[in-house]
Amino acid sequence: MSVWSMAFFPSLVRRERASLTATLLAPVVALAVAIILNLGLYVVMGRDPVAVVYAMLLEPFLSWASFSEVLLKAGPLLLIAQGLAIGFRAKVFNIGAEGQFILGAIFASAIPVWFPQATGQWIWPAMLLLGAIGGALWASITAFWRVRLNANEILVSLMLSLVAVQLLNYLLLGPWKDPNGFNFPQSVMFQYDAMVPTLISGTRVNVSLLITLALSLAAWVFMQKSFAGYKLQVGGLAPRAAGYAGFSESWAIWLSLLIGGFAAGLAGAAEVAGPLGQLQRSISTGYGYAAIIVAYLGGLHPIGIIVSALVMAVIYIGGDNAMVSANLPIAAVRVFQGSLLLAYLVSVAFVRYRLEWRQATEKTAHRSPT
Amino acid sequence: MNAIEFILSGMLAAATPFLLAALGELVVERAGVLNLGVEGLMALGAVLAFIVVYHGGGHFFGFVIAGLGGAALSLVFAIVALGFRANQVATGLAIGIFGQGLSALFGKTYESLTVKALPKLAFPWLSELPVVGGLFNQDIVVWISLLATFGMWAMFTYTKLGLVVRAVGENPKAAHAIGYPVISVRVIAIAFGGAMAGFAGAYAAVIYTPLWADGMIAGRGWIAIALVVFGTWLTGRIFLGACLFGAVSLMGLAAQATGMDVPSQLLSSLPYLVTIVVLGIISANRRLLKLNGVASLGEPFER
Repeated sequence: MSVWSMAFFPSLVRRERASLTATLLAPVVALAVAIILNLGLYVVMGRDPVAVVYAMLLEPFLSWASFSEVLLKAGPLLLIAQGLAIGFRAKVFNIGAEGQFILGAIFASAIPVWFPQATGQWIWPAMLLLGAIGGALWASITAFWRVRLNANEILVSLMLSLVAVQLLNYLLLGPWKDPNGFNFPQSVMFQYDAMVPTLISGTRVNVSLLITLALSLAAWVFMQKSFAGYKLQVGGLAPRAAGYAGFSESWAIWLSLLIGGFAAGLAGAAEVAGPLGQLQRSISTGYGYAAIIVAYLGGLHPIGIIVSALVMAVIYIGGDNAMVSANLPIAAVRVFQGSLLLAYLVSVAFVRYRLEWRQATEKTAHRSPT
Repeated sequence: MNAIEFILSGMLAAATPFLLAALGELVVERAGVLNLGVEGLMALGAVLAFIVVYHGGGHFFGFVIAGLGGAALSLVFAIVALGFRANQVATGLAIGIFGQGLSALFGKTYESLTVKALPKLAFPWLSELPVVGGLFNQDIVVWISLLATFGMWAMFTYTKLGLVVRAVGENPKAAHAIGYPVISVRVIAIAFGGAMAGFAGAYAAVIYTPLWADGMIAGRGWIAIALVVFGTWLTGRIFLGACLFGAVSLMGLAAQATGMDVPSQLLSSLPYLVTIVVLGIISANRRLLKLNGVASLGEPFER
């Protein structure tokens, strides 16, 4: 290696054991770095950084009304990220949660669209269940392609997300378009029984948040306490060892994708049966992709993900606020999300490595291979 | 002009964004690195080129800036994924989201504006041929891309440089042991891939469809990554794959022109569906992938 690159990358030295401090600090440091970098960008863009900080990071907490919106936004992110994290720990990279979310919304909408007159308390639970099944079915295509055809699950699941968007457009511009909807690409408004009951009166927070929290607990029990969860983690950390122990890779891929699809589909169903009350083109504002960031930022740990989902929800709501009050383009949210994940990936390196500034030369590196 | 002539004459231009991005990713993957951020790199290149051309900077300068922008963003990938040994999948996704966000941010005030594309240069005599004549009437960037494809093939087949890149990707420990600078080779490969993705985005935004719209790359970066797998890491096959996708993306237009009653959404998802199907067919042949695949793809290099 040339001298300039040694100076450029001070060497990372592997720690004897992973640092717990660094594990806990990494997301906090990443968030701080991302905030500083993005504020710099806003200044360059000629925006008032104080106004942006106020709108993005404080306003969401200043009133119960806006904080309830944060909780509402956190729900789908949390649910999707819990499902994805299980797969990521098994090194199954399902990045098609966006499509699974959309299919969940479509499946759930089938009941009120086809039976608009139906009444009864069974409707919204049936919609949630159907949505979850729809998401899992969409993910099962990826699982089949990976297990039986050996195809890369990253590419297949992403392509399926792009197809799902087109499928949604087709339904909303064609057979499912509301005939009295002034030609807007949206379905009919759902009947009362197709709506998840509200949890806190005066807000849009509904029972699905409780379901999400219960499933987060279930994810924790599954990953930390169950044998199946253990097998998945071994498969991710040491694929060869998992193979010798007789843990099937195909089983891990199927399980990871089905769980991820189920959770994302449920989130999609809860979105149409909750705050929206109809199937729209804009059902997902990139939840499926943002949830990937939520999963990593939460350290792929069920408890950490609860915190990171809240953080991401604040960024979403705060981004909306800043668009109104500080004239910040909404694309700034995506820039923030991307830079947050990059900052996290850098800071998480210090869990396993420490920096050493001493200039190691090529020869010494040869003598002591690590 | 019938459907076949239409597809033949437009195929190479439609294939060029796929081809340029896939050739860049080929070098990156041959060096053992998986950069999944191509979609974001293309989006950034597209918006930069569009802005330059819109303000009268000209196409050449637009491509230069797009290439530099793509290379700069891909160096961020290099710092995170190689410097800090982060998970390459996650880093690539982050770069993708970041690049798409930046392109939307920069392009906000240019939404739906248009620029002038480049004129076509006809190959004398051949472009007069019936049916296939359209193939030989292309803009300068298509001709350069064809030369670049040939150059890439020659580089990997005949030059020491190609051998070094492959060695670094196959067995970085051995390459390091015989004195090749593994990290430096990988960083340069990543920057090259970023520049190519930038060019690909530039072609899409200022020549192929000379108009700016947020999300205009529309999955082409991802298809380019899939093309590298389709082509089993071989230049010639990647070129054929890019032509296939160029043709597929024109089929939708051709079908609509002939008045076929197919939902436009189905035609729009055709490239994605073809990607899924072809990916299944090629990957099912495990021996083929093993034979041509890159042994240490995606694995961080530690001495």
